[in-house]
Amino acid sequence: MRGAKSAKWVTGAIIVALAATACGGSDGGTKKDSKAAGKPEGYVSIDVGEPQNPLIPADTNESNGGYAIRALFTQLLTFDDKGEIVLTNAESVETKDSKLWTVKLKDGWKFHNGEAVTAKSYVDAWNWYANAKNKQKNAYWFSDIKGYDDLNPEKGEPKAQAMSGLKVLDDSSFTIELKTKVPYFNYKLGYTTFAPLPKVFYDDPKAFGLKPVGNGPYQFEKWDRKKLIQMKAFDDYKGPNRALNKGLQFKSYTTVEAAYKDLLSGNLDIVKTVGPTDLPKYKQDLGEGALEVSFAGVQSLVPAWYSDTFKDIDPKVVQGLSMAIDRDTITKTVLNNTRTPAKGFTPPQVKGFQELGEITEYNPAKAKQLITEGGGVPGNKFTIQYNSDGGHKEWVTAVCESIRNATGVDCVGDPKPDFPTDLEARDANQVKGMYRGGWIADYPVNVNFLKELYHSKAESNSGRFSDKEIDELMAKGDNANSIEESVKAYQEVEKKLAQKMPAIPLWYYRTNAGHGKAVTNVTVDFHGEIVLNAVTPK
Amino acid sequence: MGRYVVRRLLQMIPVFIGSTFLIFSMMYALPGDPVRALMGDQSFDPERLASIRAELGLDKPLLLQYASYLGNLLQGDFGTEIVSGRPVADIIAAAFPVTIQLTIFAFTFTVLVGVGLGVVAGLRPNSIRDRGLLTLTLVLISMPSFVLGFLMQYLFAFQFELTTATVPEDPAITDMMLPAIVLGSLSLAYVARLTRTSMAENLRADYMRTAVAKGLPRRRIVGVHLMRNSMIPVVTFLGTDIGTLMTGAIVTEGIFNVKGVGGAIYEALFRREGATVVGIASLIILVYLLTSLLVDLLYAVLDPRIRYA
Repeated sequence: MRGAKSAKWVTGAIIVALAATACGGSDGGTKKDSKAAGKPEGYVSIDVGEPQNPLIPADTNESNGGYAIRALFTQLLTFDDKGEIVLTNAESVETKDSKLWTVKLKDGWKFHNGEAVTAKSYVDAWNWYANAKNKQKNAYWFSDIKGYDDLNPEKGEPKAQAMSGLKVLDDSSFTIELKTKVPYFNYKLGYTTFAPLPKVFYDDPKAFGLKPVGNGPYQFEKWDRKKLIQMKAFDDYKGPNRALNKGLQFKSYTTVEAAYKDLLSGNLDIVKTVGPTDLPKYKQDLGEGALEVSFAGVQSLVPAWYSDTFKDIDPKVVQGLSMAIDRDTITKTVLNNTRTPAKGFTPPQVKGFQELGEITEYNPAKAKQLITEGGGVPGNKFTIQYNSDGGHKEWVTAVCESIRNATGVDCVGDPKPDFPTDLEARDANQVKGMYRGGWIADYPVNVNFLKELYHSKAESNSGRFSDKEIDELMAKGDNANSIEESVKAYQEVEKKLAQKMPAIPLWYYRTNAGHGKAVTNVTVDFHGEIVLNAVTPK
Repeated sequence: MGRYVVRRLLQMIPVFIGSTFLIFSMMYALPGDPVRALMGDQSFDPERLASIRAELGLDKPLLLQYASYLGNLLQGDFGTEIVSGRPVADIIAAAFPVTIQLTIFAFTFTVLVGVGLGVVAGLRPNSIRDRGLLTLTLVLISMPSFVLGFLMQYLFAFQFELTTATVPEDPAITDMMLPAIVLGSLSLAYVARLTRTSMAENLRADYMRTAVAKGLPRRRIVGVHLMRNSMIPVVTFLGTDIGTLMTGAIVTEGIFNVKGVGGAIYEALFRREGATVVGIASLIILVYLLTSLLVDLLYAVLDPRIRYA
C-alpha cells in the first residue's frame, strides 16, 4: 500500500512539475516582450509572405514579390486610386504619334547606394530584362518595343544585345520607338517590370535579387528567408509617394488565420487578406480597421470553344446562361461580400468602363427564352472547371444551382485538385465545358481586360475564342492616334463582345483586409493591394 | 548485437532507395506542371518555359531524372527549388530544427504525462481515477487537433495572456510549449491507454504473484517488474509516433504559425517542387528507419528473453 501511494505521488509530482514549467515557461514570452524586440519604432508590419523568387522586377509576377518590388523600386509613373497616371520618376512621358515616346526624367534621383538614376539606368535594365538569355518571366512586356524580336526571338539565341527602339538622348531623357502604334503604352509603363537598375546589378544579378538596391521609397534592410523582410524609409526619396512611416516589415505566416490572430493580439499592424473563417466577424472584431474595397479584377466563366458542348453554340445561349445567374444573392450570401456583381467585361476602376446592361442582370424568364431561341445547350448539361484548393467550390455550386433553377439546364462542377492541374488542363485544351477565369488589371485601361483575354492570338485566351470581327475591331483600337480614341474603339469591342459572349462576367474582386489600432490611413490601390507608403503609425 | 545492428543498417539502403524512388515517381506522375504554374493567370512566353524546363532537366524521362537526383544526393546535394532557386538543403536546414524542437517537446510531454497517467490508472483498474482517465483520453482522441489548438490559443493567448497567439519569427524555447502540448495530446491519450491496459493485465501475471510472495517491496514490484514488462507495447507505439509527430503537424503548425517540416512539405507538394518533397520525405524515412531500429533494440533491453544475434 505504501508503495502504491508513493508511486502515485511521484507521478503526481511529475504532472505538477510539468504543468508548472509549461505555464511558467510560456510566461517568459509574453506579448509585450516580443513586440518590443521584433519591430523598430515607427515601422509598419503586414502579412506579406515569402516572395516566390529573388527580387528582380522583371522576374516577379506574384503578389508577395510585387509588394516588395513596389516598395523598393519606382517606375516612371504610377496610378492613383482612380486609375489616373501620376508621374513619379518621370518628368514627362510624351508622344505625338503613339509610336515614338519621349521620356524625361526628374532631376536628382538616386538609387539607395547613391548612384544617380539616369536614362541609361532604364535603357540598360530594359534590355537586360528583354534578353532571352536572362529568362525573365515578364520579358514579353517589352515586346511592343522595336527590336524586341532580335533580343528575344521565337527560337534560338538572341541576335542583338539591345533593342533598337531604345535610344538614350542625354542623362535625363530617352526615346522609346514601338513596333506599331500603342496609344496606351504610357499606361503599361506603370507596371512594376519597367523599373530601372543600378550598375551593381550586372555584377551578380542573383545576389542582387536577395539584397536589392532600388530607387523606391524604401531601402532594403534584411531578408530572413520565409520569415521576414525588413526595409526602412529612404531619406533621399523625391517622388510623390514618399513613405509616411519609418519602415516596413513583411511577415510570413503559415495561414491567413494565424496572421489574423496576430492582428487581434496586436503583434501585426495589417492583414492584406482576411480568411474565409474570419470574414463573417471581422467587421465586429476590427471596427474602423475593417476594409472592404472593390478593385480592378474580374472573375468570369469562360466556355472552352473547342469543347463538344460549346463548339458551335449560338451566343444567345451563353447570354441566357449569364442572365440565369443571380449575382446579387450569391455575392451577398455564399461569397460573404468578397465580390461585387459584374456589369461588363471590364471593372469600373479602368478607363473606358461601361455597363453592358441586360446580359449581366438576373432575369430567369428572359434567360430561358434566349436559351430556347439559341437551340439550347447540347445534352442540356455542362461543366465548370475550377481548382478545389482556392475556395471556389461554394460559389460554383451556387452558380450551378441558380442556372438549374432558372433554366433547367444542368450544370456540375469539375474540380481539379489544385491550381497547377487546373492550368494544365486549360493549356492542353482539355476543358470539358467552362472554366473559372480570373484577371486582375496590370494597368487601368479597358484594353488590358479585352485584348489579353479575347484576341484570337492572346496567350491567356485559354477558351480559344476566335473571331475575325473582334480581332479587326481591336486592331482599329490599337491604331488610334490617342488614348481617348483607342479607349473608345475598345468600348466598341466590348459592346460587340456582349453579342458574341466569349465569357460570362461574374463579379469584381474586393480586397477584404484589416488593420489594427496602431496605424491609420490604410488604403487600397486599383489592383487591390495595400498602399504601404501612405500608412501612418499613430 | 553489433552484427545485428550492422545488418539492419545495411538493410536500410535498399529500403531507402526504394522508397525515394516511389515518392519520386509519384511526384512525376502528378498532374500539374510547376514551371507553368510560375506564370499563373497571366500571359507568358511558352519558349521561356521550355528553356527553364530544359535547364532544370525536367524534360528528361523519369529514370534519367531519378538517377541524376540520386547521384547528386549521394554527394550531399539535395537539388534546388524550381520557383525560388533556393537550394533544397537551405529549406531543410530552416525547417528541421524547428520541427525537431517541437517534436522533442511534444514527445517528452507525451511520455511523461502519458505514462504517468497510465500508471496511476493501471494500478487500480476500474477505480474512479481509472474511469476518469478513460473519459479524459476519450475526449482527447475524439477532439480534432484544430479544435484543441484554437481552444488553447483562445484560452492561453487571448484570455489569460500567458503566451503570444502565434510563434514569433525567432522562437524562444518557451514559445513552442503550447503547440507542443496540442501536438502531443493525441499521442498522449494513446500512450496513457496503452500503459493503463498493459499494466492492468500484467498485474494478474504469475511473476507478479511470485514477486509479492518473495516479499519484495511494492516500489520494486511496480517500478521494475511490472513497468518493465508493461512498456513493450508503449515503446512500439512511441517509436512510430516520432515520425508521425514530425510530419503530421501541418494543422498545429498552421494554427500557431510554426514554420516546420509539415508546412514546408505541404507547400512543396502544392507547388509540385519534386526535389523538395523527395528531399524532406527521404529524411523522414531515415528518421522512421532509425527509430524502428531503436525500438527493436529497446525490446531486448526491456525483455531479456529477446535476443538478437
